[in-house]
Amino acid sequence: MIEFKNVSKVFESNDKKIHALNDINIVVEKGDVFGVIGFSGAGKSTLIRTVNLLEYPTSGEVIIEGKNLAMLSEKELCEEKKNIGMIFQHFNLLNSKTVFDNVAMPLILSKKKKKEIEERVYEILRFVGLEDKAKNYPNQLSGGQKQRVGIARALATNPSILLCDEATSALDPQTTKSILNLLKKINEEYKITILIITHEMEVIKEICNRVAVMEEGRVIESGSVFDIFARPTTETTRNFVRSVVRDEVPESVYKMLKENEYTSRVFKIDFLGASSGQPLISRTAKKYQVDINVLFGNITELQGMPFGNLIVELIGDDVELERALQFICNQDVEVKEVSENGSHYGTHRASAMGYAIHG
Amino acid sequence: MEVTTELIVQALWDTLYMVSISLLFGSIIGIILGMLLVVTRKGHILENKLIFSIVNPIVNTFRSIPFIILLVAIIPFTRLIVGTSIGTTAAIVPLVLHIGPYMSRLVENSLLEVDDGIIEAAKAMGATPLQIIYRFLLPEAFPSLILSITTATIGLIGATAMAGAVGGGGLGDVAITYGYQRFSTITIFVTVIILVIIVQVVQSLGNILERKIRRV
Ligand SMILES: Nc1ncnc2c1ncn2[C@@H]1O[C@H](COP(=O)(O)OP(=O)(O)O)[C@@H](O)[C@H]1O
Ligand SMILES: [Mg+2]
Repeated sequence: MIEFKNVSKVFESNDKKIHALNDINIVVEKGDVFGVIGFSGAGKSTLIRTVNLLEYPTSGEVIIEGKNLAMLSEKELCEEKKNIGMIFQHFNLLNSKTVFDNVAMPLILSKKKKKEIEERVYEILRFVGLEDKAKNYPNQLSGGQKQRVGIARALATNPSILLCDEATSALDPQTTKSILNLLKKINEEYKITILIITHEMEVIKEICNRVAVMEEGRVIESGSVFDIFARPTTETTRNFVRSVVRDEVPESVYKMLKENEYTSRVFKIDFLGASSGQPLISRTAKKYQVDINVLFGNITELQGMPFGNLIVELIGDDVELERALQFICNQDVEVKEVSENGSHYGTHRASAMGYAIHG
Repeated sequence: MEVTTELIVQALWDTLYMVSISLLFGSIIGIILGMLLVVTRKGHILENKLIFSIVNPIVNTFRSIPFIILLVAIIPFTRLIVGTSIGTTAAIVPLVLHIGPYMSRLVENSLLEVDDGIIEAAKAMGATPLQIIYRFLLPEAFPSLILSITTATIGLIGATAMAGAVGGGGLGDVAITYGYQRFSTITIFVTVIILVIIVQVVQSLGNILERKIRRV
């Protein structure tokens, strides 16, 4: 468990003060995969570096498993750091050492026995899938492989916390996915608490269960990933969410509405909970005398639940259409009507027509 | 008296002797001072304003004194250390004082080339400052240090020739005494050729070694 209590950090460089962190309060529970997202310069790296005291807070405290590391002696601190692994954007491997020696380094520093080191290094290299690269040097590896070495090195001393500072930002999307899957596996199999810093919402979406959004040294929003995605309260967060789930109604839909001659209405259904897309649509179509035409869809999976929106066209007579709409509204979704002349989203809340909104 | 092959061989031997001994002591001084210049600077692992502000100007001072002047200026000190101010052994004292600070700047540059991320990773692992120096900084800077030492060695060869001018022995001494003062063009020619060959060999060895360590 990591607790940030009123953590602030001020950098003083040539009589200019930079408030990199402003009164941060976050609790990362044991077993969490906690993401911190924000634009460059938001203070994310500074925040994660206060955990293992690469950076000391100017005020406030960071409590790791009940201990304030800043109170420890130099020697005790070195010991405690073996409980906190860290991986980096640019991997920070020793180019002069083999993969084996890189992973062995934390164990060598702890003065472990040779045999013990060898067993542990091969065990952990097996886990990250790089057993056959033990004798290679970092410059013979791909980016993804280098990060795997970084992860192996961070895990060598069996830490209970893993810190990841932009660990996938230097990797292509495919490799990012595989590294994120590895981190997920680490979290699940070793029960290691993971704190991830990133500027990519994709990373948060992929593996985090909780998230904090940072801006200008402050946490502007935090909570479960699902809640933050479903109901972002700040423009910054909304933009991050939009970077993975498109929210706007496409132009083509408006165009179609303008040319619409027969009695159809278009709705945007936001899936924010447990119900899944397919049954809702097909059940509605079966139950009522309406045709449902899916115009546009943007559904992704968030922590095992569907998340996103469908834009559908309901075609049928007025009465039947109203009943079908009522049925949809009673599910765990949010429904908005899309109209051609609407401002902003061009939508009306279903409730404006007398329907309750669920969500 | 004409120059003989024996004389040249002896001079070559003296030069190699002066270069190797001063290189040994110079490297020790250079690496220690260079390391201090890096780790005691602001924000580094053993930040120490006092040590940095003592070492830095000392190095600068020695670096700014032309070797030929240093050679003469420290004669009393040389006499104190080796008991005499003439001969090859005596020449080693100013050579070390000349090459040590020179090499400390080269070492400093080599160590500064090491990516800060490496030190960051070391700190995150809980490495002590000594462990960071020994296990991270030095191994990572090693190829570059080899090139620095190569450069210093070549500088040293030039300096020994100069030491020869004030009776230090070696190829420089021969070139001055026989070549310059007795107008023996052939002697100058031969000594220069030998010096050029030594420099070529040293530089090639340095490059080969560096490439081997870097595995390119
Ligand atoms: N060592 C430092 N000295 C001075 N300013 C710093 C230092 N480290 C970070 N900063 C400043 O603190 C702010 C936050 O930086 P950082 O934590 O690296 O942001 P992020 O990781 O979110 O991009 C930036 O304005 C940066 O310039
Ligand atoms: Mg950063």
